[in-house]
Amino acid sequence: MTGPLSVARPAGPLSVARPAGLRKRWLVAGLFAVLVALVVGVSLGPVSLPPGSVAAELLNLFPGVHLDSGLTEREIAIVTELRLPRVVLGLLVGGLLALAGGCYQGVFRNPLADPYLLGVAAGAGLAVTAAIALGGAGQQGSLSGLPMTIPLAAFAGSLLAVTMTYVLGAAGGRRGSPAMLILAGVAVSAFLSAGQTYLLQRHADSIQPVYSWLLGRLATAGWHDVLLVLPYAALTTVVVLLHRRELDVLAVGDDEARSLGLHPQRTRYLLIAAASLGTAAAVSATGLIGFVGIIVPHTVRLLAGSSYRAILPLSLLFGGAFLALTDVVARTAAAPSEVPIGVVTALLGGPFFVLVLRTARRVLT
Amino acid sequence: MPAVEVRGLHVDLDGTPILTGVDLTVAVGEWVTVIGPNGAGKSTLLRAVGGLLPAPGAITLFGTPSAALRRRDRARVVATVAQSPVVPPGMSVLDYVLLGRTPYIATLGRESTADVDAVHEVLGRLDLTGFHRRELATLSGGERQRVFLARALAQGATLLLLDEPTSALDIGHQQEVLELVDQLRREHRLTVLATMHDLSLAGEYADRMVMLASGQVVAAGTPTEVLTENLLATHYRASVRVVLGAHGPLVVPIRPTRPQ
Repeated sequence: MTGPLSVARPAGPLSVARPAGLRKRWLVAGLFAVLVALVVGVSLGPVSLPPGSVAAELLNLFPGVHLDSGLTEREIAIVTELRLPRVVLGLLVGGLLALAGGCYQGVFRNPLADPYLLGVAAGAGLAVTAAIALGGAGQQGSLSGLPMTIPLAAFAGSLLAVTMTYVLGAAGGRRGSPAMLILAGVAVSAFLSAGQTYLLQRHADSIQPVYSWLLGRLATAGWHDVLLVLPYAALTTVVVLLHRRELDVLAVGDDEARSLGLHPQRTRYLLIAAASLGTAAAVSATGLIGFVGIIVPHTVRLLAGSSYRAILPLSLLFGGAFLALTDVVARTAAAPSEVPIGVVTALLGGPFFVLVLRTARRVLT
Repeated sequence: MPAVEVRGLHVDLDGTPILTGVDLTVAVGEWVTVIGPNGAGKSTLLRAVGGLLPAPGAITLFGTPSAALRRRDRARVVATVAQSPVVPPGMSVLDYVLLGRTPYIATLGRESTADVDAVHEVLGRLDLTGFHRRELATLSGGERQRVFLARALAQGATLLLLDEPTSALDIGHQQEVLELVDQLRREHRLTVLATMHDLSLAGEYADRMVMLASGQVVAAGTPTEVLTENLLATHYRASVRVVLGAHGPLVVPIRPTRPQ
């Protein structure tokens, strides 16, 4: 997180000193990554389609554009009805998880904060499980056709979880150290997972749909799922991005933020709620996909600087691209069967987490 | 109209009384240093004046009751340099000093060119121009203290609260920082309210001193009036000689007895 990164900025008389923030070239790089993920994600699959034709067909979705992509009717249907919603959902969910991770890291001033380590995802998971097991949603072995209220139940579960973690983490002292908070998150996760196991054991008929959802469920995504996530994603994104400068101020601590005229606790609660809503929407649409909230914001921090004004918008873009491309790996690595995407992100995230731990050691001790 | 007026300030923290009826007046342009033994309530007093602790009705800043000020407005009047400010990893000097402009930036907005210009102007004034790209965490203690001051000045406040501004510095840098504060105070008619542990140094720079003990003011006046062998023996339980220096009394610790 230190060292040679600032050197990467152009130096010399032409570059007047500017405050940290989102540099145009990083924004362009992020948008480019999203476009690449979109085209690659739609092109690759059991039926491989030429990327150029796919790009043309994607452009055709805009009103007033009529390009000849050379694809058959059936191939066009694969693009627009099967693959595109899946890729778009991957972009949304990945962006949300990464944004939420970056937001939690700023709010808790804790490099290890992440929707999963804080127990937020487990809380959402328990709530969705309860909705399926008790509410009968997702019978017939599929979750498509989830009611729009499922994300709200997940939101309630995630808020409950993050509150428990926060209270438990603060029990060790007025401020609670970063390590305390994570330990509390682990304890809360374990507790909520136990509740989930109990529920499943009592409602054995819902094991199959819950299990397939748990492992990350981009495979059956349709436009319905995209529409389900979209409003919550938009709300979370707007609230979090509007506060990106305040997160930079919070880095100096609550007392100093207060003497600079802010209301740190008010901002913190609002942002925790927003990030938890985003996590809940992501979890209720695609199940448990871990580590995105750690991998992406930390990589962005290393590349584009430590200001949340850069970290948050770039996490949204690169997080989306990351998950959409991970999904390509998940469905092609062991074709014709699919590896659950949660397994792929965990395989990537485990080693990465060790790296983060090493750099964060100073903060934790 | 005084810069700070404190009347009958009581502060309890977790049920423990920390300050019990403190009165304090600081005139505009004055430098007042609060001294007192550990746990006397010096930092608490500073925090209350800075608006970080609720003190309804007890504190008036430039004629306005502090409790009636919105947090942003108070931040334009009072700037605090904490005892050991948090140094955010990866933040540059420019960005850190820019945080001082927060009370002038709309809640969800971004800084204007005027804010950035103000920061460069402050950096220039504190001889930090070449430092603006440096990462704050890589600076030495003396350089950091100047950056902390720069952030407070960028806030545009005329009342500076300094909590132990020299505690992390060697003796040379202590003098350098205090000289700088005094120079800025004279040039810009700033008011300084500080807490300090080094009594000789405190006495050389303050116009007036206030001694706190067990949450109350036990002495107030010029350094010569407050730094007496008697008062220091009573409230610090210290054995000292007070020698008159060119700029005020100098306090020299004397070992009370020598074991055989």
